[in-house]
Amino acid sequence: MTLRRYKQADWDEPLIFELGMEGRVGFAVPSLEPEIVDAVDDITELVPDGMLRTRPAKLPEVSEIQVLRHYIHLSQANYGVNSGLIYPLGSCTMKYNPVINEVLAGHPKITEIHPEQDDASVQGTLEFLYTLNEGFLEVTGMDDASLQPAAGAHGEYLGILLIRAYHADRGELETRREIIIPDSAHGTNPASAVMAGFKTVEVPSIEDGGVDLEALKSVVGPQTAGLMLTNPNTLGIFDSNIHKIADIVHEVGGLMYYDGANLNAVMGKCRPGDMGFDIVHVNLHKTFSTPHGGGGPGAGPVGVKALLADFLPVPTVEESDGVYRLSWDRPKTVGKIHGYHGNVNVMLKAYIYMITLGGEGLKEASELSVLNSNYIAQKLKDVKGYSLPYGEGKWRMHEAVLSASKMNEETGVRALNISKKLLDYGIHAPTTYFPLIVPEALMIEPTETEPLEALDEFIEAMKKISELAYSDPEEVLKAPTNTTIGRLDEVRASHPKTICLSWGTYCKLPL
Amino acid sequence: MSKPHPYLPNSVPEIKERMMEEIGISSIDELYSDIPDELKFRGELDVPGPYSEAELKNEVSGTLEKNWGLRCPPFLGGGVWPHYVPAVVDEIVSRAEFLTSYTPYQPEITQGMLQSIFEYQSLVCELLGMEVSNASVYDWATGLGEAARMASRLTRKTTILVHALISPNRLSVMKAYTEPAGITTVKVDYNKTTGQLDLEDLKEKMDDKTAAVYIENPSYLGFVEEGVEAIAEVAHDSKALFIVGVDPISLGLLKPPGEYDADIVIGEGQPLGNHMNYGGPLLGLFACRNEPKMIRQMPGRMIGLTETLEGSKRAFAMTLQTREQHIRREKATSNICSNQALCALASAVYLSLMGPQGIRELAEVVASRAGYAMRRIGKLPGVRAPVFNSFHFKEFTVKFRAKSVNEAHLGLLDRRIHGGKSLVKEFPELEETALYCVTEMHTKRDIDRLVSVLGEVLEG
Repeated sequence: MTLRRYKQADWDEPLIFELGMEGRVGFAVPSLEPEIVDAVDDITELVPDGMLRTRPAKLPEVSEIQVLRHYIHLSQANYGVNSGLIYPLGSCTMKYNPVINEVLAGHPKITEIHPEQDDASVQGTLEFLYTLNEGFLEVTGMDDASLQPAAGAHGEYLGILLIRAYHADRGELETRREIIIPDSAHGTNPASAVMAGFKTVEVPSIEDGGVDLEALKSVVGPQTAGLMLTNPNTLGIFDSNIHKIADIVHEVGGLMYYDGANLNAVMGKCRPGDMGFDIVHVNLHKTFSTPHGGGGPGAGPVGVKALLADFLPVPTVEESDGVYRLSWDRPKTVGKIHGYHGNVNVMLKAYIYMITLGGEGLKEASELSVLNSNYIAQKLKDVKGYSLPYGEGKWRMHEAVLSASKMNEETGVRALNISKKLLDYGIHAPTTYFPLIVPEALMIEPTETEPLEALDEFIEAMKKISELAYSDPEEVLKAPTNTTIGRLDEVRASHPKTICLSWGTYCKLPL
Repeated sequence: MSKPHPYLPNSVPEIKERMMEEIGISSIDELYSDIPDELKFRGELDVPGPYSEAELKNEVSGTLEKNWGLRCPPFLGGGVWPHYVPAVVDEIVSRAEFLTSYTPYQPEITQGMLQSIFEYQSLVCELLGMEVSNASVYDWATGLGEAARMASRLTRKTTILVHALISPNRLSVMKAYTEPAGITTVKVDYNKTTGQLDLEDLKEKMDDKTAAVYIENPSYLGFVEEGVEAIAEVAHDSKALFIVGVDPISLGLLKPPGEYDADIVIGEGQPLGNHMNYGGPLLGLFACRNEPKMIRQMPGRMIGLTETLEGSKRAFAMTLQTREQHIRREKATSNICSNQALCALASAVYLSLMGPQGIRELAEVVASRAGYAMRRIGKLPGVRAPVFNSFHFKEFTVKFRAKSVNEAHLGLLDRRIHGGKSLVKEFPELEETALYCVTEMHTKRDIDRLVSVLGEVLEG
């Protein structure tokens, strides 16, 4: 297989502020009807003294076509799963974002609906939210849920608030101050726990990638509020001891939190609710195929076992006799964690994805995601310079974490350089340097939507990079050269003397 | 599955078998051998589907069609507002290169998104009159929660004073964000005639625990807060921060908070090119002053301008990531990871299209139409609009004397007009009052029809 000679567009695009000429506009504002002008006269006269804007906002003055071209040019200097080649970014589940979902989510009967409309006028919206909620409970094995969180980390925050509310309700919040988190966890886990007022306690992983049970036993106690875990874990390994872990935590009165970032491996195969988890969040922008949008919006619904249902945010969608309504009736609720109902348009896409595949299709998607990742892991684990640490002989789930530490020692080529060289072949890099317990980590998650040919192309590129590392490392170290720009000065980007966060400050910098 | 699925290229039985053979397994279930038998899910998930694309389209459209068509956009605001979204905005955010990309962790291949977000930050700064903006938070409400926490970290104090007419939704979210951090919220009274913040009450409630004073401008009930300089002064005299929440459209017409000494400015970016979508996705604006100690306490992502290593070209990168959860873990300024990037992109496109002239004109049109509607409604018998004697931007209160808010609402809804939001539960002291909103989307004809139907309902 020959690798592609990829070349990303580079329009040398100016900033939007550097385009345009005085007086140009990109949009025609509707005019006022004469009767309104007659009735109101000059509105600026009515603005209270001192509150009228006297200096216009320094926005660009550009025509419609200039704006359009500018952002299309910029889009061509970007890389998406639907426009790229393969996007094996571990932990992020970059699967195909179905086009029909976008088309249907652009329907004016979803886009032009106000969140405070009368329930009677939004039965369609409430219906799909209700059905999505039911499906979410089925897939996760939970009893009740809130769709309000706008992202995974937002869901985590809500989950920890629920843990807090539960212990407070039992009069134990004063003593239950600790959330236990394995050393392989996502960074959001400890950040969310601390934000909700808890201390975090780290437990190490053992050689097969699972939680060290002895270490866990030594840290649990009456001070334990809960444990946050993702299973399969961030090494892509399913922790077979999950029931024992849940028992250890439950025995001391703690709750089990499931970080659903890795749910894509196990839909229809096993459920967090059956593993002993009390709370789960799911990233709809991962497992349920909604686009990541360059960093958001996502959605992070939270499911709970019955013992926590009283504390869920309001409102929730209820149904009786085929009529849907918002219910605010939860006296012990933690309140609201989003101004309205969460990222509803994202939820519509997730709902569409769910019913497109159905139960059998969701299971098949998970199975193929696992097959794809093991295919890559098996083909690369013995290639010179790479290794597959932890869990010797174990199958991986939806992702696999390679280490390039041998290559680094022998050639000076690091995981970072490998990821940059992949870009030169038109392939998005895996997640690097995560999980923290793997040196020179390359976390690879191909997802089920990549064809065998794309997997082979990725494998070929990784082999080629190994070859180059040992024969001509400079070729790898100078990458990327085929992207819009080469390596950039990240120190300058964050240095107090040179940091520039807006056009306004740029204009004032002594350059 | 019985036949290959279009989303699953390796679901073709021969391909699947070939791959299994390559890795030495005879059944997929071997890959799941680490899952203990008692945990394996038996049977099939009970969810609707599967559907082919053609069936799907019918099914989903059928569901959405159950939402009513209204004769004009609803007269609802409060934090999400019906504004027009130019076609170019939707065109850009539909580009697969933007839409289907992840957070730009590989800057060399994602300069497009990075530059766009840098432009977003810059455009927002110009509009708000501020110097530094982050790349977005989820919405106005969560932005308020983050701002309160940031103020508390900066001042090491624990009380936030808020205008008593704050949006109850936002207040609820703020409490969910701040109570675990030991921050308490205290309401400051207002002038019952004008709605303006009671400066004397504010001074009385300021103490050495006050981390910040928060106002919304325009307020939740639509009137413009006038004594902003005095409020800023009171806050700063006690070494507290001044946080202001805004509807960005109003800043075409109104003085931006950066010009009245706000320290942190938040707001809802939805009206800048994002559809209402039943309240999400939204766009939390978040800006502060250009002070290193403030910037270090900012939540969320920030994009900075730098150059390539060999120094020949401009380049854009995520900056100060040591504040963020993926580096800093439990010491991060916030747990936020996914934000509202695509909505921020939409707003960058929107503000570029508008330009200084467009945003000014738009704000004038909106305020004029709202002013027209307010006067006409206020002349109906048994109605008072607005309740507060102050300048209103695009929302205003309507108090019903002869009928209840709900009777008026149902009467309008019968004629497929959606009136304002009831404030009866949120602010019982205002009695039978609703919050109406008018934007450029409401023509004179729409407003006249609202008034005439409302008149009939009130008489009936």
